[in-house]
Amino acid sequence: MNTHYGIYGGQYVAETLMPALAELEQAYLEAKQDPEFHKEYQTLLKNYVGRESPLYFAKRLSQALGGASIYLKREDLNHTGAHKINNTIGQALLAKRMGKTRLIAETGAGMHGVATATVAALLGMECEVFMGTLDVQRQSVNVERMKTLGAKVNPVNEGSATLKDAMNEALRDWTARFSDTFYLIGTVAGPYPYPMLVRDFQSVIGEEARRQCLDQTGRLPDQVIACVGGGSNAMGIFAGFFDDPEVQLVGVEAGGKGLDSGEHAASICGGKVGILHGCKTYLLQNADGQIIDTYSVSAGLDYPGVGPEHSFMADHGKAHYVTVNDDEAISAFDLLARYEGIIPALESAHALAFAIRIAKDYPATTTLLVNLSGRGDKDMDTVRKFKQL
Amino acid sequence: MDKLKKIFSQCRQENRAALIIFCSCGYPDMESSERAIETAIKAGADIIELGVPFSDPMADGSVIRKASEIAISKGTNLPKILDMAERLAIRFPETGFILFSYMNILYHYGLTKLCGKLKKIGLDGILAVDLPLEEKAELAQPCKENGLHLVALVSPATPLERARKIMADASGFVYSVNVCGVTGVRDLHPEEISQHLAVLKENSAVPIAAGFGINDGQAAQRLSRIADGVIVGSAFIKILSGAGDFSQRLEAARELITDLAKNVRRQP
Repeated sequence: MNTHYGIYGGQYVAETLMPALAELEQAYLEAKQDPEFHKEYQTLLKNYVGRESPLYFAKRLSQALGGASIYLKREDLNHTGAHKINNTIGQALLAKRMGKTRLIAETGAGMHGVATATVAALLGMECEVFMGTLDVQRQSVNVERMKTLGAKVNPVNEGSATLKDAMNEALRDWTARFSDTFYLIGTVAGPYPYPMLVRDFQSVIGEEARRQCLDQTGRLPDQVIACVGGGSNAMGIFAGFFDDPEVQLVGVEAGGKGLDSGEHAASICGGKVGILHGCKTYLLQNADGQIIDTYSVSAGLDYPGVGPEHSFMADHGKAHYVTVNDDEAISAFDLLARYEGIIPALESAHALAFAIRIAKDYPATTTLLVNLSGRGDKDMDTVRKFKQL
Repeated sequence: MDKLKKIFSQCRQENRAALIIFCSCGYPDMESSERAIETAIKAGADIIELGVPFSDPMADGSVIRKASEIAISKGTNLPKILDMAERLAIRFPETGFILFSYMNILYHYGLTKLCGKLKKIGLDGILAVDLPLEEKAELAQPCKENGLHLVALVSPATPLERARKIMADASGFVYSVNVCGVTGVRDLHPEEISQHLAVLKENSAVPIAAGFGINDGQAAQRLSRIADGVIVGSAFIKILSGAGDFSQRLEAARELITDLAKNVRRQP
């Protein structure tokens, strides 16, 4: 198997983890061929997650903007409130199949941690989630959710005490315990085969959205827009359109306080190529090659790297990457709530904000498909504080 | 004969394992770590691993992580470490020096540029913790062009067939990790490790050095019976971060290295 995307990706891990990655790859390739595995996965997506998720035409919002027609892929309506569960169910079923009894995961905002704790409860597995101490404080509700679901939350008080440090700690745990432990990575980053695995489990978003768009509008969308932190929801929806070169794919990175301010989380738009967490990709780093702290009002986009396949797509023009700053995302958050009665996650609000920015440049016959990757209940406090500043 | 080869061959003649010491460069600051390395060499270290700190040391235990964090906060970077390495290589021409880091730090500096520089200042090789066999080509090429060794790792989790491939391709020596996990002082299972080392040695044309978890002369003694080299890192750094002023800690470090150097000798 090709473990790289052009120069990106690969398996930059300590030798001790190489056999664990080989075991994972083999188990996944076997599961992929097994109709029983697919059946179990599809059944849970339908009866437990509540798929398929609707494609919704945001008519009032589109009319108010006076331009293109904005369609929303409603991943916010999934069980646990975001797209993350598509991946955790797939990987947890794989873990079970491999005979592993313990799931570990990293989490930033806590959504992937919650989605992992959820499937651990569902499948009767032990679960430990690594989370930076700063995030534990910022996302206390999600910490309580994980604990309620029976998971152990391990605060990580190292480095910047955020997502990247949680991922380091999860990798360390896995290095010492891979015989009984499955590391459930939440995004399309990490060493191969994770970028492929997570993309495949998230590609249900794009497959559904493509079919739904054809059903509702009679044609393919003109642009598919998704936010990119690590990039799993974006890769999931993009994957449905890989064979449609006429459809423009747009990844929206967190511009924070602006690219020039240095306070952002835009790895592709504002970073340099490097190696972190097992893969070569665009990274935010300083002049010495040390990984730097990122900033975004949206905790889920606050990661200094990005999935290696996104880096490849950016270099080769297969997708287009832009940034949206905090304030523009907050405006989009408000607009969607007021015009459509939908409160989006701040992550998803970044994607929506880009659609809002360009909508007026196009006629109503143009379709902009936005991945509404999660719901915004978790962000109410953050938004309130942002507005007070 | 290249320097590492010379060191291992001399150790063989003296019926002992080579003593390899890892140092977190820039900890507690650049000047002090230079003194610490000097102390280690004078007390009997044959090879020094010059650890370049990285913000995200995913293969390291708490001792080296803490040291890396402090080193970075003091402004330590690769160019400063290369300046120090140049001075050390001139002062200690018999000692082997390996640059030791994570790939991002090396990649960021530029792999070709780095290898050219290391050759120029007289270093012997590079070890990148997160660079397995599958990814090594981009660094192996400039290493080869500049006569540098790219040191490979094997672990107890590495299947023998894979270990054979790694060792067939190895240069300088092979770093055999004693346990699955991160760096740090811990209880080792001597019999299992000895058995693993013996199998590796049977299958390797280059020397095998054992590391991870070695904290005293006794542990070094046991491993030296089989391994061609013994690597100590965390125990050294732990002493450098201990009580007392830095001169007192250096004295304690000197005692540790002296004891290790005595214990890498094989009993007749």
